Amino acid sequence: MAEVSATPTKSENRPSALREFWYYFSENRGAVIGLWVFAAFVFCAAFAPLLAPYDATEQFRDHILQPPAWQEGGSWAFPLGTDPLGRDMLSRLIMGSRYSFFVGIVVVCVAVSGGVMVGLLSGFAPKWVDTLIMRVMDIILAFPSLLLALVLVAILGPSLTNAMIAIAIVFQPHYVRLTRASVLAERQKDYVTSARVAGAGKSRLMFITVLPNCLAPIIVQAALSFSTAILDAAALGFLGMGAQPPTPEWGTMLAEAREFILRAWWVVTFPGLAILVTVLAINLMGDGLRDALDPKLKRS
Amino acid sequence: MIGYFLTRLGMFIPTFLGVTLISFMFIRVLPGDPIIVMAGERGMTEERYQEMVEKLGFDKPVLQQYWDYLVGVMQGDLGESFVTKKPVWDEFFALFPATLELSLCAMIFAVALGLPAGVIAAVNRGKFFDRALMSSALIGYSMPIFWWALLLIIVFSGNLGWTPVSGRIDLLYYFPSVTGFMLIDSLLSGQEGAFGSAVRHLILPTIVLGTIPLAVIARQTRSAMLEVLGEDYIRTARAKGLSPTRINGLHALRNALIPVVTVIGLSVGTLLAGAILTETIFSWPGIGKWMVDSIFRRDYPVVQGGLLMIAVIVMLVNLLVDVLYGIINPKIRRR
Repeated sequence: MAEVSATPTKSENRPSALREFWYYFSENRGAVIGLWVFAAFVFCAAFAPLLAPYDATEQFRDHILQPPAWQEGGSWAFPLGTDPLGRDMLSRLIMGSRYSFFVGIVVVCVAVSGGVMVGLLSGFAPKWVDTLIMRVMDIILAFPSLLLALVLVAILGPSLTNAMIAIAIVFQPHYVRLTRASVLAERQKDYVTSARVAGAGKSRLMFITVLPNCLAPIIVQAALSFSTAILDAAALGFLGMGAQPPTPEWGTMLAEAREFILRAWWVVTFPGLAILVTVLAINLMGDGLRDALDPKLKRS
Repeated sequence: MIGYFLTRLGMFIPTFLGVTLISFMFIRVLPGDPIIVMAGERGMTEERYQEMVEKLGFDKPVLQQYWDYLVGVMQGDLGESFVTKKPVWDEFFALFPATLELSLCAMIFAVALGLPAGVIAAVNRGKFFDRALMSSALIGYSMPIFWWALLLIIVFSGNLGWTPVSGRIDLLYYFPSVTGFMLIDSLLSGQEGAFGSAVRHLILPTIVLGTIPLAVIARQTRSAMLEVLGEDYIRTARAKGLSPTRINGLHALRNALIPVVTVIGLSVGTLLAGAILTETIFSWPGIGKWMVDSIFRRDYPVVQGGLLMIAVIVMLVNLLVDVLYGIINPKIRRR
């Protein structure tokens, strides 16, 4: 309490945390562009049924493999053309944003919450528990992530849900390591010692004293995993181990379109472009987040 | 140094055991009876079923099974493929050179372009070149490589007709495999055009597989160079009147290489994961395609053995990188 009343004038002059964050974040022009693209992506995902001109699975048998509107033979009824079954590409792409967004959110939430818990535990637990946890994480990290996800899906059965579970498991160790490393660094600091001396219990120390100070690198990593999750889910879909047709998931759409690549460029180009733009936007945003939240990691 | 090596090795052994445990568990956690699943729709007689149970050791206690598996693994026995009936170990090493050749080419491609790109970007910091190179690197880093492969096929195989779409060499050529590396074998065979054909088959897969490592190396080289360029000894070199080429190329790059070499070593996992996609798309007869095919064919011993072998390779390379790093950088040994 004394601390607050001693520095009232100073805290009034200091910009709020959010403002300060925005100040550093907006210095990075790429990050702001990324944020706008990401916002558009989220908007698409949220209002997909309203934005999509047709149902994503509706087949227009008279308009099979129709090229995009600006090309000869195309029409504005199907601005981005139709796929081999006569489904509207634009509608499918818009609906597909939902799946990618969903995958990103779920994977990041599961991986972060699990990874942070285990990491905190590892940082505070006795030495042998810590060693045990870290060895287990080493084991998971020894497998290339896509391969492990592929095998997990082979065990669980191919579906989008199982792909998400697999990807979340594969991402977990990164958060465990990250959290543990910052917990170990924070634990040495005086404010933690003083909290302990003041009688803070273990759970209070873990969640209220230490955790908030470890969040910056975790948030940055979360943004980057969001994009990796989208990529991996699309890759699994492409290999036939993720979302199953006729789900308009972008990777699955690419897999279905593979045999038509030399005849109809648009069925291949657009889903991939959607993945690339989304992932790129998130990565740009992640770079900006890192600059704003974690000055230590700032890339000059 | 020996102490450091032993500590690092001491970490390797439990991880190795853990990896064998995971691959051992793989067949056993599959839903349903693996033997029935293997038999597929044909089904099997009671006798044959018992025979398989005995052969796979499913009638023994689990610990005993694991021990037998571990002993087998140490002797290079990874079981037999259900489909081809050949030992998994033999199949793996028959296909591994193809993946190794592709991965090596991809790595050479990534390093040959990534290092200069990173150096140029760092030297021209904030200027046009820097921005252009780093934007391209970020795009490369965000690339869904399976889509990138399809685009390259559309342009270079479809429209221009320069490169073939699949395989390692034209079916016209046939020669015995000596080293397993198509580039070397085709040269040794002495057949006209064989080498050219092998090269043409390699180009697209190499680019596809090398794209992400290329982007990572370029970004890493740039930030390592920037850090080194701010050091005092660089200022000294400049004050001595050395030419910028000499400073950047000799003094700075050599020290900037340390973190870059680590990144190169650690991207082996990325390469092997990328090989799964790349090989599937280009029908490249290597480990990645073999794994995906086996997953679809439910050839579980192959999946199990391949999983273990790939993890062990990744671990060995990481161990090697750590040891090399300890040799290059004495500071790390004391940790």
